[in-house]
Amino acid sequence: MKLSRRSLLKMSAASVTLSVALPAFAQAIDELVIAYNVNLPSWDPTVGPSAVNPTIQGLYQSVFDQFILQQPDLTPAPGLLTDWGWNEDRTQVWMDVREGVKWHDGSDFTAEDVAWSLARAADPATGNPIQFVWGTLANHRVEGNRVIADVAQFDPTIFKWMYFLTGYVLPKAYYERVGAEGFEAAPIGTGPYKVEQYERNAFVRLRANADYWNGVPEFETVTIRFVTDAASRVAEVESGRSHVTLEIPYEEYDRLRERAGLGGVATPVSDIAMIFFNDIDVMLDENVRRAAVHAVDKQLIIDRLLSGYGVAISTLETPEYAAFDPSIEVPYDPDLARELLAASGYSTDNPVRFTIQTTRGFKPKDYEMIQAIVGMWRRVGIEAEIEVYEVARHYELRAADQLAPAAFYNWGNSVGDPTTSTGFAMFGPSPHSVWDSPDLIEKIVPLWAEPDEETRIAGWKDVSRYIAEHAYVLPLLQYVQPVLHASGVNVVPHASGALLPHLMTRA
Amino acid sequence: MILRRLLSRVATTLVTLFGVAVIVFAVIRIVPGDPVAMMLPPGATEADIARLQAFYGLDKSIPEQFFIWLGGVVQGDFGTSITTRQPVLGLVLSRLPATLELSVMALVIAVALGGLVALTGTRLRYTRTEGALDVANGMALSVPDFLWGLVLILLFGVLWPVFTISGRVSPQLVPEFATSFFLFESVVRLRFDLWLDLVQHMLMPALALAIPLAAIIGQLLKQSLKETMHLDYVTLARTKGYSENQVILREALRNAVLPTLTLIGVQFTFLIGGTVIIERLFSYEGLGNMAIDAVINRDLPLIQGIVLLFALLFTLVNLAVDLLYAVLNPRLRHA
Repeated sequence: MKLSRRSLLKMSAASVTLSVALPAFAQAIDELVIAYNVNLPSWDPTVGPSAVNPTIQGLYQSVFDQFILQQPDLTPAPGLLTDWGWNEDRTQVWMDVREGVKWHDGSDFTAEDVAWSLARAADPATGNPIQFVWGTLANHRVEGNRVIADVAQFDPTIFKWMYFLTGYVLPKAYYERVGAEGFEAAPIGTGPYKVEQYERNAFVRLRANADYWNGVPEFETVTIRFVTDAASRVAEVESGRSHVTLEIPYEEYDRLRERAGLGGVATPVSDIAMIFFNDIDVMLDENVRRAAVHAVDKQLIIDRLLSGYGVAISTLETPEYAAFDPSIEVPYDPDLARELLAASGYSTDNPVRFTIQTTRGFKPKDYEMIQAIVGMWRRVGIEAEIEVYEVARHYELRAADQLAPAAFYNWGNSVGDPTTSTGFAMFGPSPHSVWDSPDLIEKIVPLWAEPDEETRIAGWKDVSRYIAEHAYVLPLLQYVQPVLHASGVNVVPHASGALLPHLMTRA
Repeated sequence: MILRRLLSRVATTLVTLFGVAVIVFAVIRIVPGDPVAMMLPPGATEADIARLQAFYGLDKSIPEQFFIWLGGVVQGDFGTSITTRQPVLGLVLSRLPATLELSVMALVIAVALGGLVALTGTRLRYTRTEGALDVANGMALSVPDFLWGLVLILLFGVLWPVFTISGRVSPQLVPEFATSFFLFESVVRLRFDLWLDLVQHMLMPALALAIPLAAIIGQLLKQSLKETMHLDYVTLARTKGYSENQVILREALRNAVLPTLTLIGVQFTFLIGGTVIIERLFSYEGLGNMAIDAVINRDLPLIQGIVLLFALLFTLVNLAVDLLYAVLNPRLRHA
């Protein structure tokens, strides 16, 4: 064959075309590769910042089981605990433990492991950030296949925490034998995958647990690469090097999911966007707050800024949460907003002024959403000045109750209980709430310890309605999480937002 | 002379490091972002906050915390990372080799590319080729390294996926080596499959780091060479019958390279700094990638450890360049 410059160019073009036309994702998937958006700093799911990082929970749940299984729609199901409850006077809790489960090292999982995990989580010396919840149980003991604990302080949501942050069962005997460092080096759980190899900041390679009590995962080997840059994650999937990824720009998701060999699944997750109102300055005027709420066209924001990936909400409860009440609606009504402002002496010529704080780039289009909202407010007579800060600064200011009159935030509540959404966000004495008026505190206080579940949920619905009527907060939208994947994989989305490889199957 | 210079620089280095330690320690505690506030979920009380602050030793005054930390550092204990719960020194040292190997590879590429551009430009000076090289050099210089990274990812990661764009080594090949200098040790152990895999992973990030530096080297070296080409001893070499290539390589280059060497030293420290973004972009498990995570999580002990190590690296590189300059420059050598 005679090689000329033209033939070489043709060959190069052909090879480029082939490499684009026949990417690796068109082939049958043997080893599943996931491009994950965060690093995994620690293997202990009960200690340190990663224990409370919602994004990391999917990695933990691949290796460890929680006390109670949480299904993709957020509802609980028997897991390592097969049954649970309180005694009649609610001074004790009891938990029945599943039999026949093995740890990844082949040893038997027992009720001792459950009792020890609960006691360890309640011990302040371990540094568990949720110790204040686990500390409501004491004197954990084992009676046959049942774990019993005394109720030091009644918390109706204690069993919900058993499938929430830090609610993981760790191996007592193994942990005591190898210590914290040994556990970090070689973690074991009872979960669907065993850790085969882990390189910090690089990847974790998982091997299916052949003894898994809830069915062996379909993919024998899964490699999770930590690809923290969104553009790189897109490139990973586009080039066929990874089969699944998440947290990519909506525009990229729309561009790629239609491409041959790729697909996508986008479902609402338990994270919401909201604007806190602080009980200071002009926000003490109910007309101003209500006008600020009615002036925002949430659906327009979702359609124009988020490419339709969002669900407008009127309360801090999403449709998947236990206390969601569809009858509570706060409509977009700019005319009403103008009337309310006029009643307080404000207009477009004499606007009410305040500062709104927001992050920029912490959540998709956060700053742009606030820009759009400020524009909508301007049209009815609200002149808001945007102040950008880091999310770390938000936490500090919120804890010190020094936020501006309005502050954008996103709230995650993967357990779906009203205490961990409306409760913690709106209960004044909590250092993490922003609105502190006595009327609301009075309404919430009895619900913390309400033993009857129906009464409790009905109570929280009333609180949500009360908050909406008085506009103590501006709920914006529920986020939708797009997951991009090769067409050879079926991805089952989890409403918590956790990306779980054991729920993935071959298409 | 060199020994006295060395001792003086070591003393300066120690003072610099102490200054860096004080500044970093104070700054990261003054800037917004309390690691405990970030860690606590809603529902926590003031008592819970106080408990965790005490757990991480953040309940003491800043000077108190500093002297406790400094006392540990002097004994080789840089504290424990808040996020990973591992000793900081071990974490930092385990990642340093990856960053050093990447930086050195980038430097080698930059010197080779820059040198080639300078030599070609000098050889073909006052021609269209020199003009074209100057334009290319200007382009390379005006685009920052992370943008080169994105371009390389798009070109060789997506459009023509011939290079790996994430990680340091393929999961199937992670070695059980004595050190974390995988590239070096794979050669020593004759593991050429691993060496090739490492190079394949490192080439794109190294190239992204190298391109702007190569442009700087090319520009300065060519300028020095062109100035040298008019000097008497070069003219003498020509009259002796040396070819133009021999004149450039044997006579002009030796003197022209000295200012470039100083520049390379200074730029190498910037290049190491540039690894922070590039490692993140290419998911390369080096010190820079770890630094970003540490900052995001407000992992104060880890930030302190990384910054101190970067400062140590910078001062050592500058020291090495100073000494090398003294050795190579006859005026300093015989002073």
